[in-house]
Amino acid sequence: MASPPHTTLETNAPPGSGSAMERLQCILEREDFPRLITVLQEQGFEVIGPTVRDGAIVYERLETAKDLPEGWTDAQEAGQYRLNKRQDHALFGYAVGPHSWKQFLFPANSRLLSLHRDGNGFTVETPAEPAPRYAFIGVRSCELRAIAIQDKVFLGSGAVDRTYAERREPLFIVALQCGVAGGTCFCVSMQAGPRAETGFDLALTEVLEETRHYFVVQTGSDRGAQILAALPHRAAFPEEIQAARRITDHTARTMGREMPKADIPALLKANYDHARWDAVAERCLTCANCTLACPTCFCSTVEDVTDLTGNHAERWRKWDSCFTLSFSSVAGGITRASAKSRYRQWLTHKLATWHDQFGSSGCVGCGRCITWCPVGIDITEEVRALTQTAPPTPPAPG
Amino acid sequence: MKPAAKPKLAVWKFASCDGCQLSLLDCEDELLAVADAVQIAHFTEATRSVVAGPYDLSLVEGSITTAADAERIQEVRRISRRVVTIGACATAGGIQALRNFRDVREFTEHVYAHPEFIDTLEKSTPISAHIRVDFELHGCPVNKHQLLEVISAFLARRKPNTPPHPVCMECKRRGLVCVMVAHGTPCMGPVTHAGCGALCPAYQRGCYGCFGPKETPNTRAFSDYCGGAPLGIDPGTLARLFSTFNAAAEPFQKESNARKP
Repeated sequence: MASPPHTTLETNAPPGSGSAMERLQCILEREDFPRLITVLQEQGFEVIGPTVRDGAIVYERLETAKDLPEGWTDAQEAGQYRLNKRQDHALFGYAVGPHSWKQFLFPANSRLLSLHRDGNGFTVETPAEPAPRYAFIGVRSCELRAIAIQDKVFLGSGAVDRTYAERREPLFIVALQCGVAGGTCFCVSMQAGPRAETGFDLALTEVLEETRHYFVVQTGSDRGAQILAALPHRAAFPEEIQAARRITDHTARTMGREMPKADIPALLKANYDHARWDAVAERCLTCANCTLACPTCFCSTVEDVTDLTGNHAERWRKWDSCFTLSFSSVAGGITRASAKSRYRQWLTHKLATWHDQFGSSGCVGCGRCITWCPVGIDITEEVRALTQTAPPTPPAPG
Repeated sequence: MKPAAKPKLAVWKFASCDGCQLSLLDCEDELLAVADAVQIAHFTEATRSVVAGPYDLSLVEGSITTAADAERIQEVRRISRRVVTIGACATAGGIQALRNFRDVREFTEHVYAHPEFIDTLEKSTPISAHIRVDFELHGCPVNKHQLLEVISAFLARRKPNTPPHPVCMECKRRGLVCVMVAHGTPCMGPVTHAGCGALCPAYQRGCYGCFGPKETPNTRAFSDYCGGAPLGIDPGTLARLFSTFNAAAEPFQKESNARKP
C-alpha cells in the first residue's frame, strides 16, 4: 500500500517571521538565467515551462533555457490565437497559452488501480511508480491562484486526492510577474493578478531595457532562497525594483477584458431563467473546450476496463466536463439534456456556487475559456449581458 | 468460471471497403489474444474455413445497397446472439449514401460501361434500418482499440467505453493545440463523435468528421461560425464538410442540406 498522502503544503509558504528574504529583491542577469534551470535539474526537479510547439506556447519539459519561446509573443481574441515574433529577445513576452499547469498536477488520464484474478479471488494493485518531482517555470499570478483553488478542491475539502498531493507536495514554483496582458486576460477584475504576492518559491520580473536584459527576483520561501543562493546574483537597486513594478502596473492597465463589477453570485442566482441562457445555448457547441482549458475545472470521470482474457481489469480517471451528457446521467435519466442547462451549470458553478463550495470564485481571469472556445464565446460578455438586460417577467402564478 | 466453449465470433461484409475488417486484422499482437478469447468462426477476409452458426457475436461491416443484402442481413440477425455494427457504412450508410440525395441510375451511367448489369437499391442504408442492432461502433474506419474494447466488453458482459462526446475531449486530454483556434483550420472536432483519439488534430489537420455526429451536435452554430469572418468558409465547402462518410447521419445530412448554395 502507498504511504499516507501529505496534507500540508509548507513548501511554498513564505519564510518564517524574522526573515528578511521576503523583502529582499535580487538581480539575475539574462546571461545567468540558464543556470536557474540547471540548478533546479541538479536538485532533482523535472523542469516544466513554456515552449513553442504546433503554433502555440505550451507547457512542456524543458531541457535548457534554449527551449523557452525567446522572441515570441501571442495575439489572442475570442476563439483566436496566433503566434507572432517580437522585436526583442524576451523569454516571457506573451500571455498564457492553451495549456495550464493542471495537466501536471491533475493528469488528464491516470490509472487508479489494477485488478488481477487470482484463483477464486483477485488482487488489487495501486500504481507504485513515484510521482514526478516538478519545478514549474513561468507561473503567472492567475495560475498561482488557480493552483491555490485546486489545492482547496483536492486537498482542503475533507478528502485528499493522492495523485494531486504526490505531485503538489514537492512542487517548486518559479512565478513570472506578467509583462504582457493578452487580449482575453481579465485577472485584474478577478483580483487575481497580474502581480503575484504569494504562493511561489521564486518570482521573476523580466526587464528589457535598451542595453540591458535582466530579471528582478523575489524569494517566496526558504527553498527559493536556497536556489537563488546557488545562482549568480546581487541585491537589486531601488530603480531596478521600480522598473519591475512599472512593468506589472502597465500590464494591469492593458487588460484585454474585464469582468463586470457586480455581485455576480447574487446576479446569477437571481437569473436562472434569464433569456440570455437561451441565446448563448444557440451558439454553444457543448464541446467542453472551455472546461478542459480552464485551470480550475476539476471534474473527472472514472472508467473501468477489462481485457480480453477477463483476468485483468483497470480503473482509470479521466478529465470530464459538465458539457457532456453522461456527466449528468443518473438513475432515471440525464438531468442536463439541453445545452442551455449545461452552459448555465458551468457558469453558475464557476462564478456563483463555487463561493458556497470553496469560499472563492472559480474564475481567475486567465481568459483561456474565451480564447480556446472554438466559436469565441466570451464569459465576460455573457455576464455583462446578464447584468445589462432585464430578466423576463416571471410567469403569473397559477 | 471459464465457459466450456469459447464464444463464436463472425465477421460479415456488406457494401463497404473492407477497412473496418482490416482494423481487426491490424490488431496484430492483440489478434492472438482475440483468437484465444473467442473462436473466429466466420471471417472470410482472414480465412476461408468457416464454422457453421449460430454465432455469439457478429461484427457487421458495410451498408445495405442491394435487395440480396437486405435479405442476407436478416439471416445474420437470425443466427447471431449479438450484432455489433462496425464503421460508418454499417452505422450511417457510408460514403455510398451520397446516392440517397441523387439519382443512383445517373451515377451508374457515368461510372459503368454497362450500367444495365448493375442491380442496386436507390438508397444506401445502415444496418439498423433493417434489423435490431445491439451496439454501433463509429469510425471510418473503426479504431482498433475501440474494436478490442467492444469485444472485451461483450466477453465481460459489460457496457463498452465508447463515449459519444466530441473529439475535442480527446484532443484536450492529449494536450494538443486546437487547430481551429491557433491555425484557423476548420475542424469538425466540436461536432464529431470521439473514438479516434484526435488523430488528425495530432497531425495539425482539422477533423473531417469520420466518426459521425457526437451527442447533441450543434452543427448550425458550428457552420455559422465557420462561415463567418475568422474562417470565412463558403457555403458549398460547408455543405461538403457534412457530406462525406457520414452523409446520411441525420444531423450531418440536415446541416449539409441547409448549407447547399
